[in-house]
Amino acid sequence: MTTTPTPPRAETEAMIAEVLSHYPAKAAKFRAKHLKANDPEGSKECEVKSNIKSRPGVMTIRGCAYAGSKGVVWGPVKDLVTISHGPVGCGQYSWATRRNYARGPWGVTNFAAMQVTTDFQEKDIVFGGDPKLAQVCDEINELFPLAKGISVQSECPIGLIGDDIEATSRAASKKLGKPVIPVRCEGFRGVSQSLGHHIANDAVRDHVLGTGGENHVSTPYDVALIGDYNIGGDVWASRRILEDMGLRIIAQWSGDGTINEMASTHLSKLNLIHCYRSMNYICTTMEERYGTPWMEFNFFGPSKIVKSMRAIAEKFDETIQAKTEAAIARYQKQFDEIIKAFRPRLEGKRVMLAVGGLRPRHTIGAYEDLGMEVIGTGYEFAHKDDYTRTYGMLKEGTVLYDDPTAFELEEFAKFLKPDLMGAGVKEKYVFHKMGIPFRQMHSWDYSGPYHGVDGFAIFARDMDIAINSPTWDLMETPWSKSGEVS
Amino acid sequence: MTTTPETNSHIPLKVLDHTELFKDEVYTKQFETKREFENGADDAEVNRVLEWTRTWEYREKNFAREALTVNPAKACQPLGAVLAAIGFEGTLPIVHGSQGCVAYFRSHFARHFKEPVPAASTSMTEDAAVFGGINNLVESFANSTALYKPKHIAVSTTCMAEVIGEDLFAYIRTARDQEAITQEFPVSYAHTPSFVGSHLNGYDVMIKGILDMVTAGPDAKAPQTGGKPQLNIFPGFETYLGNLREYRRILELMGVAPLILGDHSDALDSPANGEYDLYPGGTKLADAATAKFSKASVVLQESTMRRTAELVRDTWKQETAVLETPIGIRGTDQFLTEIARLTGLPVPAELTVERGRLVDALADSHAYLHGKRVAIAGDPDLVVALTRFVLECGMVPVHLVSTNADSGFKARMEKVLSASKFGDAATVWPEKDLWHLRSLVFTEPVDLLIGSTYLKYISREANVPLLRVGFPIFDRHHLHRQATIGYTGGLSLLTQMVNTFLDELDRNCLPHSFDAVR
Repeated sequence: MTTTPTPPRAETEAMIAEVLSHYPAKAAKFRAKHLKANDPEGSKECEVKSNIKSRPGVMTIRGCAYAGSKGVVWGPVKDLVTISHGPVGCGQYSWATRRNYARGPWGVTNFAAMQVTTDFQEKDIVFGGDPKLAQVCDEINELFPLAKGISVQSECPIGLIGDDIEATSRAASKKLGKPVIPVRCEGFRGVSQSLGHHIANDAVRDHVLGTGGENHVSTPYDVALIGDYNIGGDVWASRRILEDMGLRIIAQWSGDGTINEMASTHLSKLNLIHCYRSMNYICTTMEERYGTPWMEFNFFGPSKIVKSMRAIAEKFDETIQAKTEAAIARYQKQFDEIIKAFRPRLEGKRVMLAVGGLRPRHTIGAYEDLGMEVIGTGYEFAHKDDYTRTYGMLKEGTVLYDDPTAFELEEFAKFLKPDLMGAGVKEKYVFHKMGIPFRQMHSWDYSGPYHGVDGFAIFARDMDIAINSPTWDLMETPWSKSGEVS
Repeated sequence: MTTTPETNSHIPLKVLDHTELFKDEVYTKQFETKREFENGADDAEVNRVLEWTRTWEYREKNFAREALTVNPAKACQPLGAVLAAIGFEGTLPIVHGSQGCVAYFRSHFARHFKEPVPAASTSMTEDAAVFGGINNLVESFANSTALYKPKHIAVSTTCMAEVIGEDLFAYIRTARDQEAITQEFPVSYAHTPSFVGSHLNGYDVMIKGILDMVTAGPDAKAPQTGGKPQLNIFPGFETYLGNLREYRRILELMGVAPLILGDHSDALDSPANGEYDLYPGGTKLADAATAKFSKASVVLQESTMRRTAELVRDTWKQETAVLETPIGIRGTDQFLTEIARLTGLPVPAELTVERGRLVDALADSHAYLHGKRVAIAGDPDLVVALTRFVLECGMVPVHLVSTNADSGFKARMEKVLSASKFGDAATVWPEKDLWHLRSLVFTEPVDLLIGSTYLKYISREANVPLLRVGFPIFDRHHLHRQATIGYTGGLSLLTQMVNTFLDELDRNCLPHSFDAVR
């Protein structure tokens, strides 16, 4: 199998310049700051600009603050009824599409796959939506008596028409005896999903954190699992490892999570965060408020899993460390079996990624464990500290693209000819037309989990399915090969 | 422990994913231990409430709600505007407002059609909320025309832009004056507030916007059709690509020159051949410009196409036939009869043979359909047409739900129901949602559900099979490619419907009744 080496920096810079030449001057100047050839040292001239506005009309892949709050942070909390507050669309398009698995009977104790909305009409815009919100809270309480609370996820109009959802929520909470949590995640706020994550974290801080845990009996091994949304069962696969290590997970944020777990997380001895981008805020808050230490970890692929397990065990006593080593020894057999089966089929394959705020760097190790190489990566809504964590993981000259446009992804792919593209559903079918194998790396393409030991087997299998499908050999017609007929 | 080696070298390892993995004892134990931290109600209480939600008492409480919407079967206006736009050649939909909306529209359609959906946003943020989004709109034109080279831009609006009162007409003129686009570059627009109506209204006003634009241009002249009568066909918010092709085939067979406004069948069904084409197909703008001079217009979704129908009938003064969507035998009969009347052309023998085949197929299958109780949910025009079809199959419609029904829906439904003796058991539920439907199905059970993917939760819980018809269908592949209209479309629906019942029969029958012949 032959592999093309990653182009050196100059070649990547020439590719970027070519792509930028298609933009109008003003947009080219802005976009140039977001497209860089990697310098593993993270030098100033290769620094990627991030977390600033997308240019109008370029076909950004980004979403909005509501998507970051309702879709990511709050929506998965299963025993809350989450109201999409405003017109019908936002809740409709985000209804059960992110695959945050949750256990419990639908509409009784588990509301993760429900679309609950105030369905604003013109009169609500004109006269204000607070009376409707109050009535909706009452009706939720009637119809869903086992719901532990309500979160109010603001859509664009709420902030524009001057509604006071804080006062309405406060009154409803008092009346119903349950938390009703207002969240100001209107879609026009900020530049991407990212501000929505932050706003959602702040709402947890202000309304939930530290309010529970009355009957909690602590152990020295209590940890919280933060920033795992249980896509295709991710959090369960991660929790399995932590339990094998002898730790007790007192809270999951927020996949298959509950309000009680969030409310008692302050009793955790150590907060373990997977998706740094979306939940670092609450970890910092808990550190400041309760002195709870926190650390990042990575459960994608054997190398990172083992490294993370040892780093976590370091924070505990010898009992945990011994259990951790025993678990690693057991897992090694599985890792070996998976790698033996799939690595020969994937060795040398080149991957481009464009995902959200974590996976563009966190999955690199898993690909490398299978002998694959990431030749281009970029985030939808990362900040500077995400890129700082990324530079050193990639070779010199690897193309980095922040908030890439549809045009850029397509052009880079034409230039680099990757063996696999990993991005979202909006991008997927473009690459199918181009004959480039593709995996959705937000939803795991309806597969998963990809976290943990069990997840790595599925990850390896799925990359094999994508790359080694006979489909891609069928693109060319026998008659077009001769060059005669098109 | 979750993997077992296989011998076949192309499947090197059998890997268990989420569908099987979590049955493992390690996980079932994990789920049990987690409950300590969840502090949920005990099993007895959960079961009591679960059972209560399936009672008449709960149904009454559920139907008494006035403000709360749970699991609605409708989306918002600009989604429809995007579908309308991509039915025209070289057209880039641009949605003016917050950018998250466009990400949602593109994902939503991509999940249904399994196709790329180009659409851009003007990416308005907080400052634009205060000062207006004119600069965003102007820059969006400059950037999108440079990168994506459309022939035509179709602008619609999100609720953000509508709440702050953005003026598209003035903004587009400014974009020309500032040379983001030329004076001549075709731009059409429609205001599509999400807090009015549904995706259907957005589709309607965007089609109207495009017609207003093209018919005011230099191409607005009589069509060259070689003597064939040209008819405007307004399919409406049509999510079956096969239907657009079937309308064309039927009309061409009849000797009509069909002008489909708009035709997204190629735009959302492009070949995988190694190259990505941003704008495959669509109704040509020059052809659309001739619409005013067509012999007549045929509107196939009455609820959806109200504003467009007004334009054609009242402003263009064109003969306009507003028909029920031609699903099933009588629906198609009416469609063909009307085309024949409008054009003076006879229905060709080929279509008569197709009709006979569908009747023949129904004769073969009728015994398995007769008397089956059915619930239907979806867009109003689809519910009307499907109800008529199940009635002619001898089925008994029971619950008929349309969240985005307009004021005329109930009367149309009653007309269809009263025309058949199988219509007595039906109740029409305009403006109700799928949580209402859940109550209906538990209190008055049915044998079949017909509707979108989102009925699958009720289907599983109430153990009633679901025939996926409508939009969105995210969890089955390629259904959107077929036709549901015309006699051939009817045959396709009939095939799926009868086999759904036969599958159920095989799955549920006692061993002796597991017949080899059905």
